[in-house]
Amino acid sequence: MTYFPEEVVEHIFDFLGSHRDRNAVSTVCKAWYGVERLSRRSVFVGNCYAVRPERVVARFPGVRSLSVKGKPHFADFNLVPDDWGGFALPWIEAFARGGLGLEELRLKRMVVSDESLELLARSFPSFKVLVLISCEGFSTDGLAAIATHCRVLRELDLQENEVEDCGPRWLSCFPDSCTSLVSLNFACLKGEVNAAALERLVARCPNIRTLRLNRAVSVDSLSKILARAPHLVDLGTGSFTIDHHAEAYHRLINNFTKCKSLKSLSGFWDASPRCLPAVYPICGNLTGLNLSYAPAIQGADLIKLIRLCLKLQRLWVLDCIGDKGLAVVASTCKELQELRVFPSDVCGVGTAAVTEEGLVAISSGCPKLNSLLYFCHQMTNAALVTVAKNCPHFTRFRLCILDPGKPDPVTNQPLDEGFGAIVQSCKDLRRLSLSGLLTDQVFLYIGMYAECLEMLSIAFAGDSDKGMVYVLNGCKNLRKLEIRDSPFGDAALLEDVGKYETMRSLWMSSCYVTLKGCKTLAAKMPRLNVEVINERDESDEMEENPSDLRRVEKMYVYRTVAGPRNDAPDFVWML
Amino acid sequence: MQKRVMEEDFRKGEGRPQLLDLIPNERDWMVKDVGVGGKCFGVSEEKKLELRLGLPGDEDWSSVKEKREEHSIESALSLGHYSKVSKTIGTNPSSVGAKRGFLDTVESKTEVFQQQQQQQPGFLQLQAKGKELSQKTNGRAEQQSLEKKACGSPAAHGSAAAPCGDGAGANNSSQTRTAPTPVVGWPPIRSFRRNLASISKPSFESQNGGPETAVKFKNGRKGLFVKINMDGIPIGRKVDLKAYDSYEKLSLVVDELFQGLLAAQRDPLTAGTQKNPEEKQAITGLLDGSGEYTLVYEDDEGDRMLVGDVPWDMFVSTAKRLRVLKSSELSASSLGAVSRKRTAT
Repeated sequence: MTYFPEEVVEHIFDFLGSHRDRNAVSTVCKAWYGVERLSRRSVFVGNCYAVRPERVVARFPGVRSLSVKGKPHFADFNLVPDDWGGFALPWIEAFARGGLGLEELRLKRMVVSDESLELLARSFPSFKVLVLISCEGFSTDGLAAIATHCRVLRELDLQENEVEDCGPRWLSCFPDSCTSLVSLNFACLKGEVNAAALERLVARCPNIRTLRLNRAVSVDSLSKILARAPHLVDLGTGSFTIDHHAEAYHRLINNFTKCKSLKSLSGFWDASPRCLPAVYPICGNLTGLNLSYAPAIQGADLIKLIRLCLKLQRLWVLDCIGDKGLAVVASTCKELQELRVFPSDVCGVGTAAVTEEGLVAISSGCPKLNSLLYFCHQMTNAALVTVAKNCPHFTRFRLCILDPGKPDPVTNQPLDEGFGAIVQSCKDLRRLSLSGLLTDQVFLYIGMYAECLEMLSIAFAGDSDKGMVYVLNGCKNLRKLEIRDSPFGDAALLEDVGKYETMRSLWMSSCYVTLKGCKTLAAKMPRLNVEVINERDESDEMEENPSDLRRVEKMYVYRTVAGPRNDAPDFVWML
Repeated sequence: MQKRVMEEDFRKGEGRPQLLDLIPNERDWMVKDVGVGGKCFGVSEEKKLELRLGLPGDEDWSSVKEKREEHSIESALSLGHYSKVSKTIGTNPSSVGAKRGFLDTVESKTEVFQQQQQQQPGFLQLQAKGKELSQKTNGRAEQQSLEKKACGSPAAHGSAAAPCGDGAGANNSSQTRTAPTPVVGWPPIRSFRRNLASISKPSFESQNGGPETAVKFKNGRKGLFVKINMDGIPIGRKVDLKAYDSYEKLSLVVDELFQGLLAAQRDPLTAGTQKNPEEKQAITGLLDGSGEYTLVYEDDEGDRMLVGDVPWDMFVSTAKRLRVLKSSELSASSLGAVSRKRTAT
């Protein structure tokens, strides 16, 4: 291939969209490596500690778009202490120092300080897209910096972040000259918002297509915004509470009717059922609907709404929809691809809102279903087998039975067979979360059948080390394995240490792994970082044991070319 | 499906004819489950009380255990029966059972583990782990763990017991009184989703009554449960104000709730044998001062008020707890509060 001039090779590489393809071609030969690295515009770093930011900057000087992920997934559920790490600043600094023309930054589960946002805003004049997902460490002052300095900002997308509220000033920092916004999502902000500034901003951005408001935005304001931006495609309503006799309500209906392009709705904070008819006019066009923040919308009102959403592809609801409601979804939403049913009553007191029946109904009514997140009170093997038969196209299957280790209530058996059926039938399954009573058998099935599996989440499952070994031996494409409260110990951990270099990361907490096992792993595999996270006081009942045989509370192992990190806090031991 | 039939049976109480004697209007009752336990253990009224409040006592627990092990576990129906029986058992006996359950599993796990570990300290770790796990379960209603334990014993020990033990670790189906000790990070949802139901602002339609409103009815309705105590009876109850629409209905409910208890208090010797409701004295005149007892409530300002003074809806939205007072004591105490309120306005 050396007789192709580099420009041609580069042009060919332009057609390679995915990171994996580009990574692959870069390993073919030096020439291709060279062409590829200079023409690379987008880099995805799945683990911020796997590589140093400086190295990325040096290798890919033409990068315009950077995505970085920080904390392990279980951080979402408070299993990772706050100061563990995942700082965005080193990345932003490296790119700033490197003089790169960064235009897009997407961060997930990272600690982003106001200082980093300020640096970001000031360092990259062409900066266009900022997406922060499940991040923390910044305040609305940081957002003010972004608003002030990013002159050509197109997207500001804040998803489920912990943001400190320093007042509504930030929104007013968008200069009058800012007319480029296409997407603005501040739904996760808890504080007040300057309604007038918001309305003016929307009015002067003719290209705005995604707008997700936070709870503080009143329905009145929403009405005005809709009037100014009838071309919206994706809307997150503010607090959807109105007195339905008021004029505001009638204005709202009118304005909704004008939004012919609306495809996705979310928000509905504080929505009461009587306000729902306002959205009836556009339900027929919706492909996405998120009602998971609206516990007051239940029963008949919810069903009435769903019956109108014939084109729905993505639905997020609370489990108060009930099995009956899911049956309605099944009969109405034939295009459904993604369903998420969240628990509304976390303390477990109260009714079994959704059970296996709802899921079975969905599976038989919605054959295109490929992505599921389902919190329920119980599940049976029979149901899972049926679901597996009905929906062989699952790529993501996450089932959470709220009671850990609960068996099939009809047969009192573990759910091995049910999940086995899922992995056997769904050949494209990439992500799987298990729950309920499970023995080693389910892991045998997973190892045997789940060839495409990339991410596996295990909790309160398994009997012995064999379970974990089945998975490590069988799942060739496994990238992320996260395990909690399961009886896997050193023998399993050390069975195939080379495996971890083929994976992004392994998380084990409240398992049987000991400090000795971790040390052994670290010694054998220098290109893995083995982190042991110890939050507890050392002087507890375990002290009489020799320290190495002490079980580690939390362990996080990941491959890296960056060596041990230097920003780890005291309670994280880098072995 | 058989299971579904089972569920409906339990809701209607068809599988338990003995209920009809004790609780006429079982549909709306939280004490309904207790009826089963009552039958199971003979002395209906007193056992009802015990089971409801989880009065501790090993002797109670072992009698429960014996009774339950007598039953076969094969049929799904008995399983369902078990689940109802075990649900009635209060926290304290359950925690004893749970600990036993864990020690069982710890022992079985030890076998597995000792094969892998050469040193004794491994066992100590397991013991500690067992303690850890059982600590996590304290404070939760462990009825499901009981179920598993019972189911586990006839089934194969060893490997079966281990998953049972693991599973019994933390379950959610607790009683309404005890807030379950949460397992960290479980269920796996983001923190902002955890409190959605309780932090939603009150809408124009309804006023949330506070912590009680987190409890939901079987049919999906949000209940408004308030405590109700009766003079002379140490054991309190809870009523769901949203289940009724008038003071008359409430009065009837109170009568039904406490009739049996009152009879038991009066004559504990005969209470157990009295199954016929006609023999018990009805509690009447709660609202008009004509009866032996009067119903009062505490409102959201902490004042004691006579039930019936304000429109029903206002009562529902402001009542925080109820009391059934002896009418003779009423004039001395609460009217004082009432008149104080009047002079204040």
